[in-house]
Amino acid sequence: MSTDITLSTRLRALAGYRATWPLLALAAIFIVDGFISPGFYDIRIVEGRLFGSVIDIFYRAMPTAIVALGMAVVIGTKGIDLSVGSVVAICGAVIAWRIHEGDSHFVILFLALGTGLLCGLWNGFLVAVLNIQPIIATLILMVSGRGIGLLVNQFYGGTDPSFESALLQGLSVGHIWLIPTRLIVGVGVFIALWFLIRRTALGLFIEAVGGNTSAANLAGVNARLIIFSAYLIAGLCAGIAGVILTADTHTSDPVSVALYIELDAILAVVIGGGSLAGGRIYLGMTVIGALIIQALTTSILISGLPPEYNLVVKAVVVLFVLLLQSQNARNAVWGLFSWRKS
Amino acid sequence: MNEKYWPLMATIAVFIALFLTGGFLFKNFLSTLVLGHILADNAFIIIAAIGATFVILSGGIDLSVGSMIGFVGVVMANLDLAGWHPLASIAILLIFGILFGALQGFIIDFCDIQPFIMTLAGLFLLRGSSFMVSLDSVPIRHPFVAEVARVHVPLPGGGFLAASAIVMLISLLAAILLAHYTRFGSNVYAIGGDRKSAELMGVPIRKTTVMIYAVGGFYGALAGVIYALYTSSGYPLAGTGSELSAIAAVVLGGTLLTGGVGMVAGTLFGGMILGLISTLIIFDGSLNSAWIIISSGLLLFIFIVMHRFLVGSFNLRGRA
Repeated sequence: MSTDITLSTRLRALAGYRATWPLLALAAIFIVDGFISPGFYDIRIVEGRLFGSVIDIFYRAMPTAIVALGMAVVIGTKGIDLSVGSVVAICGAVIAWRIHEGDSHFVILFLALGTGLLCGLWNGFLVAVLNIQPIIATLILMVSGRGIGLLVNQFYGGTDPSFESALLQGLSVGHIWLIPTRLIVGVGVFIALWFLIRRTALGLFIEAVGGNTSAANLAGVNARLIIFSAYLIAGLCAGIAGVILTADTHTSDPVSVALYIELDAILAVVIGGGSLAGGRIYLGMTVIGALIIQALTTSILISGLPPEYNLVVKAVVVLFVLLLQSQNARNAVWGLFSWRKS
Repeated sequence: MNEKYWPLMATIAVFIALFLTGGFLFKNFLSTLVLGHILADNAFIIIAAIGATFVILSGGIDLSVGSMIGFVGVVMANLDLAGWHPLASIAILLIFGILFGALQGFIIDFCDIQPFIMTLAGLFLLRGSSFMVSLDSVPIRHPFVAEVARVHVPLPGGGFLAASAIVMLISLLAAILLAHYTRFGSNVYAIGGDRKSAELMGVPIRKTTVMIYAVGGFYGALAGVIYALYTSSGYPLAGTGSELSAIAAVVLGGTLLTGGVGMVAGTLFGGMILGLISTLIIFDGSLNSAWIIISSGLLLFIFIVMHRFLVGSFNLRGRA
């Protein structure tokens, strides 16, 4: 009897641990995928690079994961950045424009990331200096950003936004040793952010500001500067994702590129256990969240279900994860169980 | 004048200024004909925005309205193929909208999930469901649709009100009554102003939250019906991004996204301003659609900064 009780308490404790449910969800998706597609775990080497469904999930999840990492930092300050999709669109247009002007590759890369930073600067200015609520402040760039992208496309006529570029080709389908380049970029962003957040005081300050802005201010933290830096990080991350996504499509299509990526990124943060109420940054769990979203999409594709089921399944899983994280819903379920027992 | 009317007055002033600018730039712009067309063309956005006004007044947000528009249209078109009378499918779909919104509101309150995330799941669910119903545009061929399209109420000066504009104005009137003359309306303002105080004062939070999102769902479904009748077809991608236009219309209409401050009537002018901008740019002919997006964003920026300083200086609802 007593073992039964300890088991149940342990299960309860495990269920309360924030990493449990997302990791279980990812594992469950991978296990189900293994059943529906026999070759799911196979990893082959084709043309000098790793190939396989698992690699593909990582490969496709990278842009969302990078955007989500920046989003996690912003959400840590109790903010939100709705404009990341528009930033991706503007970066894509800037890249296409400068390639048509004949700039060298590294100048273009520099300009694209600079564009991302500039957008972050704008959002940071609205939130930190003008004190506008983040969801509203970033809505401005979200609404107008795709228009700005279309306008930049006009700079070179805009009739043929497609382009060729060896560097971008390398970022899209290239590989270093056996590993796709963008995985290395993604890991690089993760490590850089991890050091910045966990090995410098910045992370502590961000979580302090997100937890209680006035208290942090009284404790001598320059909340304005901290919030500013968070939006700069988000803008830069969106810029990096913008370069990768533009490299994928070899064209600038501001209207439809990265549509809903801001929603996916926010979902990744929330699935990873981050609360929109701020005060916490979970970088690793955010990446897990992005992987869950991509793994779901991939499993629908390999399961042979029509792709239009994708959104519905995504919605159901999101709801499921959210309900699991909700104390009220968990209590209701536990209550149901104990009622059955007695 | 009461300072709570200031944002609304600013909205109306911008609308009149834009309309006069149009009249100054283009011959025949200042006519009830143009006005009637703007009302009819933007009726579905304004209807969706009216629902969004209640949600935003309560301090929440509803991202699912755009998908609701697509879903309602696709289902209506397919029920039409199955031989249903449009009025029957409209009734079913409006009830569906109410129930779907109520469910969203219930989950938001019961599970303490941020409205943003919950309605995002709603966005995915409804958009995905419309893809599952049909991937192509389906025409609605019932003669009822053609009859609705023929409805014209003449205005003085050669213009006319189309059916969509009439439905929009009636639903606006209903929303004004609901917001300003019922207990539910006061509860919405109370929750948006200060949720904790409202709860302590005995405002039924759960019931009101469920009702708020039910109202949002109803107006979303009505917007979908109007859009389907207006285009006489159902298309699964219809209304993509309308949730943003609706939110923009609400903000331009003088409602604060922080909740608690704003008026339903303002949303009409907010939506009209958005419609006026695109009409002006289409009239001009030399500017492309990029300018519609950019100038809407610019106007949004000006209004948001203005609201920020109004809140700061007049202390409409304490420090934001």
